[in-house]
Amino acid sequence: MAPAVLLRNVVALSGRFPVLAGADLFAEPGDVVLLRGANGAGKTSILRVCAGLLPVASGEALVLGEDVCRDRRTVRRRVGMLGHANGLYDDLSVADNVRFAVRAAGGRSAAADAAMERLGLTGRLRDLSVGRLSAGQRRRVALAALVARRPELWLLDEPHAGLDEDGRRLVDALVLEAVAGGATVLVAAHGPAWLEDLPVRSVEVAGGRTREAVLVA
Amino acid sequence: MWHDAALVAGKDLRIELRSRVGAQQVAPFALVVLVLFAFAFDADHALLLKAAPGLFWVAVLFAAVLSIQRSFAVESADGGRDRLRLSGMDPAGIFLGKAGAVAVQLLVLQLVLAAGVAILYSSRLGDAAVLVATCLVATVGLAAAGTIYGVVATAVGASETLLPLLLMPVVAPVLLCATKAWQAALGTGATGDALGWLRFLGVFAVVYVAAGVLAFGPLVEEG
Repeated sequence: MAPAVLLRNVVALSGRFPVLAGADLFAEPGDVVLLRGANGAGKTSILRVCAGLLPVASGEALVLGEDVCRDRRTVRRRVGMLGHANGLYDDLSVADNVRFAVRAAGGRSAAADAAMERLGLTGRLRDLSVGRLSAGQRRRVALAALVARRPELWLLDEPHAGLDEDGRRLVDALVLEAVAGGATVLVAAHGPAWLEDLPVRSVEVAGGRTREAVLVA
Repeated sequence: MWHDAALVAGKDLRIELRSRVGAQQVAPFALVVLVLFAFAFDADHALLLKAAPGLFWVAVLFAAVLSIQRSFAVESADGGRDRLRLSGMDPAGIFLGKAGAVAVQLLVLQLVLAAGVAILYSSRLGDAAVLVATCLVATVGLAAAGTIYGVVATAVGASETLLPLLLMPVVAPVLLCATKAWQAALGTGATGDALGWLRFLGVFAVVYVAAGVLAFGPLVEEG
């Protein structure tokens, strides 16, 4: 089976600063990989390389079979990324935001409605401007947009940030569903407490390099 | 490309309808510019009438800068650049959608400003066909050039101050040609054939639309 993600000795630069200095990563379809490390270790940069957002200066990077060293755009419709920012338009309603994200990726509005239902974004909430929501609610809207796009590769950067206990459980459940559906999930997080019920493979990131670590669960 | 353009334009126009920034801030600002010119030329009404086309287009130009800044401020917030890139949309479609939304807003604004010119300056808006054609073609050029320089200014940073600096010199030909075409239509200056000025505006619009379609992707990626 072709790997979902294959990074070999990847170097990536931010200006002249190497944010990745020879990172390796391997994930098969259906894997959940937890990237752990301190602030500035390079976790987010790995996710951004996989999303086709950060150019690879040297090394080999195949994501969902696409060589992102040569073409970073093609893979983008097939990945979904939840970063530190939610990527929402404050002046649009919840429903408009999710529908726009889905239709931009070539999906249908029905998928947006189902995702909003799944994330508990129902009733009056759907017509509220995103700018009027709490941080946790905004995170749910961003998650709904991600779920509705049905990506083959989920890239989650501190996905629990800003969520209450219910929200965290919901994220874990969504990841379980995505994996059951054949998607691959890469998660960047500080602590090991993430996804206690999942067979998560943990990878340590430090100084822009990766090191395979202990099995978390 | 056209699907993405329609999607982006619809989204931008929906944002403007909900936020009402255009109606409550940009349009009043442009009207204030017209009023200030009216005060400045009050003692010489004949001069005001003669200058009306130029004053109209200066007001449109100032409003265009605000509209373009607004269009990119919306995209910059909350991880906007990544949002656009991750959407997987065709960059040419994004460019056409954003420029189209700006153009629609500017055309609506020009209706308001034309009424302002007629009322404040007592200017008679004759030869409607030339006036409308000038507005349409000049607006396409303004919106296209503004969208290109909008993404450049946003990528470099400090777009609030950088955009006017980059854009004003570039769209000076639009200001000149549109003013001459309006003067010809209103008969307020010895400016010759309006069609000639319209042709210049058309060439400007075609060049900047083509440049935007080709360059917007690399500009978004490299910014």
